[in-house]
Amino acid sequence: MQVRNVYMDHAAATPIDRKVVEVMLPFLNESYGNPSSFHSVGKVASDAILNARSSIAQILGARADEVIFTSGGTESDNLAILGYARKNKDFGKHIITTKAEHEAVLESCAELEREGFEVTYLDVDEYGMVTADQVEGALRDDTILASVIYANNEIGTVNPIREIGAKIQRARKGSAKNFPVLHIDACQAASALELNIQKLNVDMLTLNGSKIYGPKGAGLLYVRRGIKLQPLQFGGAQEKRVRPGTENVAGIVGLASALQIADDGRVQYVQKTTELRDKLINGILSSISKTRLNGHKTERLPNNVNISFMDIEGEALLLYLDSKGVYVSTGSACTSQSLDPSHVILALGMPYEVAHGSIRFSLGRDTTEEDVDYVLETLPPLVEKLRKISPVKVDEKYY
Amino acid sequence: MGNHSSKSKPGTGGDVSSHDKTQSWFYSDIVKDHFFNPRNFLDREPEEGEFNAVGKVGSPACGDELRVWLLVDSSSEQIKSFRWKTFGCGSAIAATSMISEMVLENGGMTLSEARTIKPQDVMERLGGLPARKFHCSVLCDKALRDAVNDYYRRTGQFDRIAVEATRIIDPVSRVTDRDIEEAVLEGAQTLELVQQKTKVGIGNPSVLPAVEELIKFYREKYFGGGPQE
Ligand SMILES: Cc1ncc(COP(=O)(O)O)c(C=O)c1O
Repeated sequence: MQVRNVYMDHAAATPIDRKVVEVMLPFLNESYGNPSSFHSVGKVASDAILNARSSIAQILGARADEVIFTSGGTESDNLAILGYARKNKDFGKHIITTKAEHEAVLESCAELEREGFEVTYLDVDEYGMVTADQVEGALRDDTILASVIYANNEIGTVNPIREIGAKIQRARKGSAKNFPVLHIDACQAASALELNIQKLNVDMLTLNGSKIYGPKGAGLLYVRRGIKLQPLQFGGAQEKRVRPGTENVAGIVGLASALQIADDGRVQYVQKTTELRDKLINGILSSISKTRLNGHKTERLPNNVNISFMDIEGEALLLYLDSKGVYVSTGSACTSQSLDPSHVILALGMPYEVAHGSIRFSLGRDTTEEDVDYVLETLPPLVEKLRKISPVKVDEKYY
Repeated sequence: MGNHSSKSKPGTGGDVSSHDKTQSWFYSDIVKDHFFNPRNFLDREPEEGEFNAVGKVGSPACGDELRVWLLVDSSSEQIKSFRWKTFGCGSAIAATSMISEMVLENGGMTLSEARTIKPQDVMERLGGLPARKFHCSVLCDKALRDAVNDYYRRTGQFDRIAVEATRIIDPVSRVTDRDIEEAVLEGAQTLELVQQKTKVGIGNPSVLPAVEELIKFYREKYFGGGPQE
């Protein structure tokens, strides 16, 4: 079997699309002006930002002034949660989120707890999902914010955002208040799912460039008009003073271009990756015993495959795959800076050993059937070898 | 389309980078060799009477579990066979493989020699391990000492069983107060750093309050209070 390079870690990072690079390059070279400068060189840059903002707003079904550019998903999540809570704390100090959020949300909430806020972390079901009823059930008079991940970055489970948003809106109408509001983290969802904020019933939305074939270190927060945020940093008048600092012009232009390309190719992308995803899932589950699909079978991102291989540890399998040119990630504690395995897999009700043995394969636009076949051929002997070395036998009830 | 992943160079980011030899790899070449070609592991269940001592440490919940089987020559007390199984990351597998080689070299160590192997010895032979992987080599010497004790127990030599002159703080990872003391001495001043070195309380969080107390105690003992930079 010929060794291939099969990159299956698109949920961590995507390559930048060539067309995106092309629109970015001028802003790294000749068009270097500061968008705030009052001359023609600066105007080229500020026009570029203006265009980027309105093209993004159109895709989101939003107004241009509702888009705030940031340095990525982490900053957008932080700005939404810390910024909203701190600004609106006089209305209430209760926040709702879930146990399967990205760290950028969980750690922001932990910070708020240290500041005296109260946070409800909703359980997720065995597939990693929350329901609109759960969110509604957790609402209190002093709830000002709910933050729910749109599609989970580890297991790909898609949450019923539209229904959750409807419940939040109803709660708001019932009491004629401006809160609670709903924030969603849509970083992983952007290539595959509905992004129209009207249809989604959301008030704030996080996106970034690095998961959509755009630049890293570029992101945005959609903030519905009328919502006030306390800035995380202070300085000039950029981004309505909510996010001051000279704009990352090339990053912003690249983010807009990447989002446009993702939006144009959405239908085709979903169809193609869904087929490959299901081939990979079914292939692994049928050819390798003692395996378990983590996440939902259908309410799932079209490019996400997350499997626990019982009795072996994820880092060991990741490195064996690496030696065959297959690049994946794991929920094992061993590859992360933390010592505990994936909080998302644990939130599904799985024990530590199942989380330690989880591997995420995330497909991309250019993943081919040959890539999937190669993984399906490469994987079984590696799993078999590591199982031979292992003394562990995970309880049957988990697979 | 069609211009990316399969041809693009894999990233070098994060801890684990490429198999491409021109790029740096997370582990040393020796670790890599032992990880991909582990020596002396037992690829089946042991047979009745094949070994006369067994040792075990860890649990899958904390991310590593090691078992070792020894065949000890009763007159010379030399270890004639050392086989093992390990559930764990690359360095845990490589460290167990390495300690098995160390023990079997030159006709086999005696039991008393084997019990003097320290984690640092294994690490040195492996050409080093990344800082937060130390705990993986700490486990293999523990499994070995557990097996040595088992031999003495089975042969009725109870006075030779080395009850580690210490207290086990976490029965799952078998981390002792002495392990925590050493971790603090090596500069681990917080619970997180001590856990990185020892794995104490991973998968068994009920012991953490006791661990934090100990860290505080040793920190005050050796450094006189506040965290050191
Ligand atoms: C769901 C989700 N939220 C937030 C982030 C953080 O984004 P960034 O790395 O751009 O800060 C990521 C990506 O790592 C993500 O997948």
